[in-house]
Amino acid sequence: MIEVNGLTAGYGGQSILQGVSLTVPAGAVTVILGPNGCGKTTLLRVLARQIRPTGGAVRLEGRPLDHYGRREFARKVAFLPQSRPVPGITVGALAAHGRFPHLGLSRQMTARDRQAVADALRQAGAAELAGRDLRTLSGGQRQRAYLAMALAQQGDVLLLDEPTAGLDIAAQLEFLALCRTLADAGRTMVLVLHDVPQALRYADHMILMQGGRLFAEGTPDAVFASRAAEQVFGVAFRRAEDGNYYVAAV
Amino acid sequence: MKDKRQNRLVLAALAVLTLGAMALSLCVGSQGVALPRLLAALRAGDPADPVRRIVLYVRLPRMAAGLCCGAAMAVAGALLQAVLNNAMASPNVIGVNAGAGFFALLAGVLLPQRAVPGAAFAGALVTALLIYLLALRAGLARTTLVLAGLAVSGILTAGVNTMRLLFPEGVTGADGFLIGGLSGVSLTAVGSALPYLAAGGVLALFLAPELNILALGEQTAVSLGLPVGRTRLASILAAALLAGAAVSFAGLISFVGLLVPHIARRLVGVDHRVLLPACALLGAIFLLVCDTAARTLFAPYELPVGILLNVIGGVFFLYLLLGRKRGRVYD
Repeated sequence: MIEVNGLTAGYGGQSILQGVSLTVPAGAVTVILGPNGCGKTTLLRVLARQIRPTGGAVRLEGRPLDHYGRREFARKVAFLPQSRPVPGITVGALAAHGRFPHLGLSRQMTARDRQAVADALRQAGAAELAGRDLRTLSGGQRQRAYLAMALAQQGDVLLLDEPTAGLDIAAQLEFLALCRTLADAGRTMVLVLHDVPQALRYADHMILMQGGRLFAEGTPDAVFASRAAEQVFGVAFRRAEDGNYYVAAV
Repeated sequence: MKDKRQNRLVLAALAVLTLGAMALSLCVGSQGVALPRLLAALRAGDPADPVRRIVLYVRLPRMAAGLCCGAAMAVAGALLQAVLNNAMASPNVIGVNAGAGFFALLAGVLLPQRAVPGAAFAGALVTALLIYLLALRAGLARTTLVLAGLAVSGILTAGVNTMRLLFPEGVTGADGFLIGGLSGVSLTAVGSALPYLAAGGVLALFLAPELNILALGEQTAVSLGLPVGRTRLASILAAALLAGAAVSFAGLISFVGLLVPHIARRLVGVDHRVLLPACALLGAIFLLVCDTAARTLFAPYELPVGILLNVIGGVFFLYLLLGRKRGRVYD
C-alpha cells in the first residue's frame, strides 16, 4: 500500500529520519513503535504529507505522494494528529467536516455526503453521540468522534498519532479493537503507539524505530522472537499463556 | 453549539434590531424627531424643511457610516481571530487600524481625497501581513502577539505624529481621526469606501466554510485538503479590505472588532457561516447605539464615539487578559 525508500526528513534543517525504508501493508493494522524522540511521529507526518521529506521516496499505491492533488490525497488518506483544538461544535458537525475534500465549490452537502457521515459515525461507534458538544465528551468519546471525521473522508488509509494517549485503559482497548475491526473491513490502519505489549497484541505489522532509523520490521511474532523490542526499550517482554504480552519485572 | 433553527431566529432578530438601531440613529439627537414625522418629511421632499435637512445631510451620512463601520470592524475582528487563532486579536489590537490610519493620513496629505480608502486598505494589509508573518515565524503566544501589535501601533503612531508636525494644515482633523468618530462623515466618503467593503464582505462569506475547517487546527485542516496558507492570506486580505475601508472614513474606531465577535459567538456558536453575518449585524447595532449614546448623553456636548468605545473596550480587554487564564480561544 505504502512503500518508503531511503527516506530522510526533519524540521527546519535538522534531520530526524535517516535513510528509512519500509512497507505498510494494505488492509492491516501497522503499529509504529519506539522510544521518545525516535522519529515515529515524524514518520507518520511524512506519510500524512504534513511535512515534505528532504530525501528518498514515498509511494502510495505506486504513485509518489507529491503527485497527488491536495483534495485527492485527502480522499485517500486521513490523519489524526495527537494534539488539536477542541472547538464548540457537535460530534455530527465534526464528522461532517470529514466530507470537506468531497464537496464542490458551493460547499453544500449532498444526500450521498450525509449518508457517508452517518456511516462513519456508526462505524466509529459515535452515532449516539452525534448531537453532543465535543467539549462535554470524555477522552475516549472524543477520540471516536475524530475517528468518525477521518472515516467520513472515505480514504483507504488512516494514520493515527498516539490515538490511545490519555485514555482510560478500557477506552484504550476499546479503541484498539475498533481499529482491528476497521482493518478487517479493508482499511489500512497505521498507528503510533507507545505501549509495547498493546502493540504486540493488536498489530499485524510492526515498525520498530530507534534514533531516526528503522530498527526492525515484521509481524509481532517475528519482532518478539528477535528480541528487537527488548534491545530498543531496555526491558524484557514476556508472552503469557493467553497470547497477551507483558513487561517482565526488573 | 447552537442548532440551526435557533440560529436563524437569532439572525432574524438581529436584523430587526439593526433596523431599529438605524431608526434610532436617525430620530435621536439634539433635536428629537418622531419616526412618522421623519418619514413624512422625506416623502414630502420640501427642500426648506429643517427636519428633512437635518436627517438627510447630518444624520443619514452618520447612520450610514456607523452601519458600515460597525459591521466591517466586527467581521474583520472575527476573521483575524480565526486566522491568528487568538481570541485577543482584532484590527485595533494588532495594529491594523493604526496602519490603515497612517496610510490614510499620508494619502490625505499627498494625494486627492478619493485615494484615501485605497491607501487605508494598503496600510491595513501591510500591517496585518507583518503581524501574521511575526506570528508564523515566532509562533507567537496569545499575549506576545498583542504586545507585538502594540509595538507596531506605537511605531505607526509615531509616524502619524511626525506628519502632524510636518503638515499641520494638511491633517487638521487628525485629533478626531485618532480617537475615531462618525461626526462630519460625508456620504461621499462612505461611498468611496463602499467597493472595498463589498469586496471584503463577499470574500469573507466565501471563506466561512474554510474558516470552520481551519478552526480544527492546522494539521487537521491540512489532512482535510484545505490549502491552509492560501485560506489564511485570503482571510487577511478580506479583514484588511474591511478594516481599511472603515478607518478611511471613521478613523481609528477601536474595540468593535474585539468585543462583537465574542458576544456573537455566545449567541450563535462558532460556525462561521452564521457567525460572520451575526457579527456584521451585531457590530452595526453596537456602533449605532454607542454613537447615538455618545452624542446625546452629554448634550449639548457631543462625545466622539471612539472615547466611549475605548472605555467599554478597554474594560472588556482587561477581562479577556485577566479573567480567563485557561487560554482557550472559543468559550
